[in-house]
Amino acid sequence: MSDRTPAQVPLEPERYELRAAAPYRFDLDRREFFKFLGAGLLVVSALRPAVVAQESGGGRQRRSDLPKEIDAWLHIGEDGKVTVYTGKVEMGQNIRTSLSQAVAEELHVPIDKIEMVMGDTQLTPFDMGTFGSRTTPTMNLQLRKVAAAAREMLISLAAAQWQTDRPHLIAADGKVMDHPQKNRSVEYAALMQGQQLTLTVTADTPLMPAASWKVAGQSALKVDGRDFVMGRHRYPSDQKLPDMLYGRVLRPPSFGATLLSVDAQAAEQMGATAVHDGNFVGVAAASTELAAAAIAAIHAEWKSEPQPSSKELFVYLRKNAVEGKDLTGDGDRYDVGTVDQALGSANHRLQQTYTVAYIAHTPLEPRAALAKWDGNNLTVWTGTQRPFGVRGQLAEAFRIPEDQVRVLVPDTGSAYGGKHTGETAIEAARLARAAKRPVKLVWSREEEFTWAYFRPAGVIDVTSGVRSDGTITAWDFHNYNSGSAGIRTYYEIPNQRIVFHATNSPLRQGSYRALAATANHFARESHMDEMAHALKMDPLAFRLKNLKDERLRAVFEVAAKQFGWGKSKTAGQGFGMGGGYEKLGNIATFAEVNVNRKSGDVKVVRVVSAFECGAIVNPDNLRNQIEGSNVQGLGGALFEAIEFEDGKILNGRMSKYRVPRFSDVPALGTVLLDRKELPSAGAGECPMVGLAPAVANAIFDASGVRLRSLPLVPDGLKAS
Amino acid sequence: MSTIRLAINGKSYTVDAEPQTSLLSVLREQLDLTGSKYGCGEGQCGACTVLIDGKAQRSCVTKVGTVSQKQITTIEGLASGEQLHPVQEAFLEAAAMQCGYCTSGMIMSAVALLQRNPAPKESEIINFMDGNICRCGTYPRIVTAIQKAAKVMASSAGKGAGR
Repeated sequence: MSDRTPAQVPLEPERYELRAAAPYRFDLDRREFFKFLGAGLLVVSALRPAVVAQESGGGRQRRSDLPKEIDAWLHIGEDGKVTVYTGKVEMGQNIRTSLSQAVAEELHVPIDKIEMVMGDTQLTPFDMGTFGSRTTPTMNLQLRKVAAAAREMLISLAAAQWQTDRPHLIAADGKVMDHPQKNRSVEYAALMQGQQLTLTVTADTPLMPAASWKVAGQSALKVDGRDFVMGRHRYPSDQKLPDMLYGRVLRPPSFGATLLSVDAQAAEQMGATAVHDGNFVGVAAASTELAAAAIAAIHAEWKSEPQPSSKELFVYLRKNAVEGKDLTGDGDRYDVGTVDQALGSANHRLQQTYTVAYIAHTPLEPRAALAKWDGNNLTVWTGTQRPFGVRGQLAEAFRIPEDQVRVLVPDTGSAYGGKHTGETAIEAARLARAAKRPVKLVWSREEEFTWAYFRPAGVIDVTSGVRSDGTITAWDFHNYNSGSAGIRTYYEIPNQRIVFHATNSPLRQGSYRALAATANHFARESHMDEMAHALKMDPLAFRLKNLKDERLRAVFEVAAKQFGWGKSKTAGQGFGMGGGYEKLGNIATFAEVNVNRKSGDVKVVRVVSAFECGAIVNPDNLRNQIEGSNVQGLGGALFEAIEFEDGKILNGRMSKYRVPRFSDVPALGTVLLDRKELPSAGAGECPMVGLAPAVANAIFDASGVRLRSLPLVPDGLKAS
Repeated sequence: MSTIRLAINGKSYTVDAEPQTSLLSVLREQLDLTGSKYGCGEGQCGACTVLIDGKAQRSCVTKVGTVSQKQITTIEGLASGEQLHPVQEAFLEAAAMQCGYCTSGMIMSAVALLQRNPAPKESEIINFMDGNICRCGTYPRIVTAIQKAAKVMASSAGKGAGR
């Protein structure tokens, strides 16, 4: 596929959340940089390499200026310490480690000599956010270039010092070494000698080819793993400042309710600071217990409006489609050929509807923020995937300039797309301003279930036409509300109409790991099975007949072999598959289920995934991400669904909302295809999309019951 | 408000708290022992797990007034200085975490399991650990880590070097 290079794949539109403000124009000049960093070598990566090349060639640029739009930089100090600055954040994807590996690889320093400064709006360059599986294809590559440029500069410095030819010299283990016969070497640190050197990377900086990687491409343990197993790492919710108070917010009784009156006297008599500002009511107190008691003591009257309920969800979504609206997102509509004609002349036609429920991210660490004011300057430590976006929201909420707001993101207790927005940060900051002391606010699990946002629910209508020989001729695919990620089909079909219909959503919704690709793959890959069954064709043979993409064929074939596709099965046993590509990765997932028709129990007993995302950066971490995708995906596939009624969430607690546990986990087989000649892509999302259809197809294979709604079996497989 | 004496990680502490306050809040807010995590507040996820007289307990639903006579161990008290407990070591080596937020509770539950059953079968591990949630889905790695730790602990116990 020619349109699958990183540069050509558009950034997935994050249609539900506020976009970050215009990119931060970095205006530190060179001198200020060194005042802050100390002497040494500074290498910056410019966001627009072409512009930089032009500017440096033009010679009109003041030499002390750095490019205005920088996306990463690296500093090597006089002490040899390597510090890397990136606006990306760590929340379990393990990029603190994989980005360190990338730098270690190119700079030729041990990985433990590298410090990553991440997600701090004061210290790191602007970054739109950590989402869309973008870190590996973009930031990893940028940092490799930065580190490679630094290495080449260090070699040049050594050559000058020794007055020798560059080609004789090699960099290794934090040193530049001369020709073996000369038997001399110099530490990187010793090459600095109080100098303040700067360098901007250019597109032609040579990189180590993946085939000769030594550090990258290998498994590496989590760089700061000891802190985690010792309970020492401080997550956002663990942050603490002297004189800090604990916050709590009064929540409306239902979505859309407006505040009529509030009496917070009793809360203040308990020693809490109470805030009432518009529809916001909250307290800050000396402990979470006191804050909770103070909130309970507040008398408030609310006016509620009738709200839709989950029972009527799918009817509601269809009814409330915003037809005729200007859909600006890429990929909202795709037309090729003449679908209606092709459907009319097809040997077989199949029309089905698939649905997906709202589900909650349920990150184990709820949203949390610690806010502190110094005059009009605000500092907030919070768990977010968009530190710069949250900075913008804070500036807007408090009507202060962005440069008076600093957001820091300590490595966070997961997000899965659920922490793009800054409401907790804003709430903590509002309370801190009133209390004139730092305030920490950690959302309760119930708040997290209710006042965050959900993975969009959706209805998907598919109509297909196929010839008797198994060639698909027509494909009509309409997604209502769940989203356009992964909406295009990778099967070769001459006549296609694929439309995303934006819809008013009864609940607040937003990004969720893999976005709508999970729903779209579920519908598409379920439908493929249904077509194969209608034609009495083997589902794998049917897919391969209609699939040209060589990378995708490869994962299907490898997974099928590993799984043992085509083996005979026993009663109650069923096999199924699902796969596709998403975020530049290719996945095929095969599932084995056991269905007990008497009890209705459905158990996923085995899952085999084959995954290919170009050159692998860290094989064990990649496996970890694929395993995790399958385990997390099981929840949405089998039993997770948010139930709501008239503006209230009915199952917003861990005891009522079932997520996968140890006993739910099948045997997981993971096959990695390492394509060293291809650019590395991310892997946090794509591996998830094959699971739900694989399980649905396996349940059909076992029982003859076709399930077209996610979750598939929240109450077991009902008799039918 | 009562004065409550607590024995945590071999040290004694005195705190002022309502007896019905959760042990988790006291650990995190008064004693700055933030290794035990809040995840659900109803004993469903295990992120707050500590050992009370050697048994794994959910500190978010344990009232601080009920544990004043007991020995409490939190994740911070597991290592001897920088020498990790074999379960901590095994979690590290098996890369049995992603975001790591569940890790403290997982490790404490695993330690309790291995104290009771030094050589658990896989099904026994799954059964015992089923009250601990990992949203990143690293469950198979956690099982591997516990098996690994069990082996290491058995061999060091065999050499008379048990902890």
